[in-house]
Amino acid sequence: MSYIKPKFRHPKLPTNALGYTVADYDGSISTLCAGCGHDSISAAIRNACFLSSIQPHRIAKMSGIGCSSKTPTYFLGKSHGFNSVHGRMPSVATGASVANRDLTYIGISGDGDTASIGMGQFIHLIRRNVNMTYIVANNGCYGLTKGQDSATTDLGSISKIGFENPFDGIDLASLALLQGASFVGRSFSGDKDQLVPLIRAAMAHKGFAFIDVVSPCVTFANHAGASKSYSATRENIDPMPLDFVPMREEIRTQYDAGTSQAVTLHDGSVIHLHKASSDYAANDRQAALSEVQTANAEGKILTGLLYLDPDSQNLTHTLQLATRPLNELGKNELCPGSHVLNSINEGLR
Amino acid sequence: MKQIKGINDFVVKFANVNGTGSASANHLFAKAIFRMGIPVSPRNIFPSNIQGLPTWYEVRVSSKGYLGRRGGVDLMVCVNPQTMADDVASVQPGGYFLYDNTKPLAQNLKRDDISYFGIPLTEMCMREFKAPRLQQLLKNVVYVGALAALLDIKFSILKDLLGDQFKGKEKLISPNVHALEMGYQFASENFKCPLPIRLEQGGNVAPHILESDHILMNGNTAAALGAIYGGATVAAWYPITPSTSVVDAFSQYAERMRIDAGTGKKNFAIIQAEDELAAMGMVIGAGWNGARAFTATSGPGLSLMSEFLGLAYFAEVPAVLIDVQRSGPSTGMPTRSQQSDILAAAYASHGDTKHVLLFPATPRECFDMTVQAFDLSEQLQTPIILMTDLDLGMNDWMSPPLEWDDSYQMDRGKVLDAKGLDEAENWGRYLDVDGDGICYRTLPGAHPDKGAFFTRGSSKNEMAVYSEKGEDYVQNVDRLLRKFETAKSYVPEPKTHPPIEVKKPKTKLKLGALFFGTSASPAYEAVEMLAPEGYPIDTMRIRAFPFHESLETFIHDHDMIFVIEQNRDGQMRQLIMNECHIAPDKLHSVLNYSGTPITARDIAAQIREALNTKGADVIALRPETA
Repeated sequence: MSYIKPKFRHPKLPTNALGYTVADYDGSISTLCAGCGHDSISAAIRNACFLSSIQPHRIAKMSGIGCSSKTPTYFLGKSHGFNSVHGRMPSVATGASVANRDLTYIGISGDGDTASIGMGQFIHLIRRNVNMTYIVANNGCYGLTKGQDSATTDLGSISKIGFENPFDGIDLASLALLQGASFVGRSFSGDKDQLVPLIRAAMAHKGFAFIDVVSPCVTFANHAGASKSYSATRENIDPMPLDFVPMREEIRTQYDAGTSQAVTLHDGSVIHLHKASSDYAANDRQAALSEVQTANAEGKILTGLLYLDPDSQNLTHTLQLATRPLNELGKNELCPGSHVLNSINEGLR
Repeated sequence: MKQIKGINDFVVKFANVNGTGSASANHLFAKAIFRMGIPVSPRNIFPSNIQGLPTWYEVRVSSKGYLGRRGGVDLMVCVNPQTMADDVASVQPGGYFLYDNTKPLAQNLKRDDISYFGIPLTEMCMREFKAPRLQQLLKNVVYVGALAALLDIKFSILKDLLGDQFKGKEKLISPNVHALEMGYQFASENFKCPLPIRLEQGGNVAPHILESDHILMNGNTAAALGAIYGGATVAAWYPITPSTSVVDAFSQYAERMRIDAGTGKKNFAIIQAEDELAAMGMVIGAGWNGARAFTATSGPGLSLMSEFLGLAYFAEVPAVLIDVQRSGPSTGMPTRSQQSDILAAAYASHGDTKHVLLFPATPRECFDMTVQAFDLSEQLQTPIILMTDLDLGMNDWMSPPLEWDDSYQMDRGKVLDAKGLDEAENWGRYLDVDGDGICYRTLPGAHPDKGAFFTRGSSKNEMAVYSEKGEDYVQNVDRLLRKFETAKSYVPEPKTHPPIEVKKPKTKLKLGALFFGTSASPAYEAVEMLAPEGYPIDTMRIRAFPFHESLETFIHDHDMIFVIEQNRDGQMRQLIMNECHIAPDKLHSVLNYSGTPITARDIAAQIREALNTKGADVIALRPETA
């Protein structure tokens, strides 16, 4: 693999509404294995942020530990990032988001980081509806410690050294649906046409947006018998394509009625979902759960926007936080002064 | 029988059943003494239980203003048959025993060297009050009424206090006042009042107490106020005794003082986390983003937070942790006090870590040091741990009033904003530009092109780029050590008193005593007990780690040092040995780790014993002949 990132860019790279080129959303060169699904996710995040014209420095990248959690170095080099401790990114992101409600938070985690060591914090992150996009790069194995099974490894999946996984895998999308996540999506690192608009929609959503991304581990889980390999995923995937039209942008494409539905986000952006079956409604949690479970039972991987509640109230609302970010408040807003202290003293006599 | 005598100097202990409303009645008793201007220190010695187990409440009255425990019980008020045998035995000879004699006292509980006062509390309350809950609650108020007669408490003060207590629930005032009067009347009619131990307003109370306008408050409330005044906007926590009331109090004050006038929205966030790991993670996330954030916990929580403390140390993120210590290890005795997290806090987390610790000894210091902790955490870009304990945190202490200087400005430390970044040449997150080990940090979102970096718990070079090069790692951790050295000049210095003059010293040795936190008050008292016996002891109260240089000087200037603390292993002694390169023989531990706070008498006895058993070192001087 290459260890030098070329700096040359086409002089006429297109710019977004803010005048940035996609190169302005680049990070350092990846140190992951060549062909790693995670690099495609990094590219999708980069493209999503570029297309949605988000100022790079107003994004904060949060991660835990593992291959997935290394990736924030590889995109958005102009954004601050926090590579915290294993499984605990949700709490750090929660604290960060209440301290400054004005930034866009993207969390990158893995199946070990979320479904095992971080399960507790993940569930509580959903429960609090923290305003962030949370992506799990899900390869069903512990890559950085050389290929052990993880909690999302499917039942019967064969590990590289030939063992059959005897445990049921945890389906994070179903779990997120059950726990009340206000935005649940699933995608495949190899399907950027679906993943990019899904990430854009997640970032536009004012609440907790979860995306489970099947992201094959080329080194330890890409062989025959591994259920999250590239070939197995391509074989079993059942994608629901979607388009994302941000607010203020004109809807140019015409969609056939009956095969597509539009979902409007709180900020006015619109997501168009395309699916043959027209009885599926993205705002019906029970239906979404049923669709996902049915697909799972059939050995299919249902991808797309599974559920969305565009009007959910996130943590800043629950906590009734002031409009001005807490980290901008100074002595005048925070310190009651000596006269108040004197009256407190008086009450203690 | 020679009865114990004394004005404004005695210890009353109450033996109750928890969940019966006794603590508020006992507090009423203590607060009345405080309102009389007489130094008093109440302590609730309670079980980890909601209802039905034995609980005690000790009230010390001290004309000189000693607020630590003295040791011994002069008057026992026992309304718990479960513990009566132990309670009778714990009274000092010549002392007093007040009990509920609705049932007669068992023969084996009768001592001939103490005086008994039987009051039919249950019978009186069954007769006077209808509601079963009142029958139970008001028993406590009846004995407070009796004590008012026995000890000369001003009755009008008790009535005023009841008025304060039941503001808004006026219906409850009259049965309470009635219960007080029943007790007062019974005692006046049946006993010789007052007792030889009693109160006297003014009287022999030390002038410095009479002159000051003291308040009565607990350390947790004071620390919470410190967080308000220090500008904390984010509190993340997980409930754990004895720290819970820190965040409860913060919440109450914030709801009053931190509501945006225009919108009614909150200028603060309180999050009850799923566990202590998450609580600390939230604090670090908020601190990283530039908000002042804190958590409060106790030993088990500190253990869980250690991983994150290591991250904050290594990634250099400000955080404030209030550790209200209780007895460990593991669950230990959750409602009993100790100073036993010293080493766990100082070196919390794996790898080479050291944390800045502050040791308040009074509610006033809990307030001041919490404010200071927020400044220190941002100045030093590291976690600051306030080491208090259950005794200080949950009990009311008489304290000089809290003071606030309106010219205070928050010191946010070395933070580069957009302008600063534009002006800075060659900025690197971990470049030690000033040579003090403290580098310039940036906050997310500050500048479109400059100042972004990846905060991480893994090794990095000065430009915050991941690095596994040995020299980058060494340079970084050596700088962290340099920063810790810098911290010495930022943290509160230790306190000393002028040396005690002793006319006929019984030792040639220069004696010193080191202590901190709640060990201080009884330590000072013990030192004053020992001075007239011929043992002058110089004192130093440690207020922070890393240790100030004067600590080492103090140790070198003395021949024998007593380190007084409340844990089994002499943790502060170990920390001093470790950090100051002191020969272990020189530091002699004086310890109490029973869970109830150390007493002055215990400290004095341990020092006497140490001096006598070290006979070779101590030369008893003969009286002067000429």
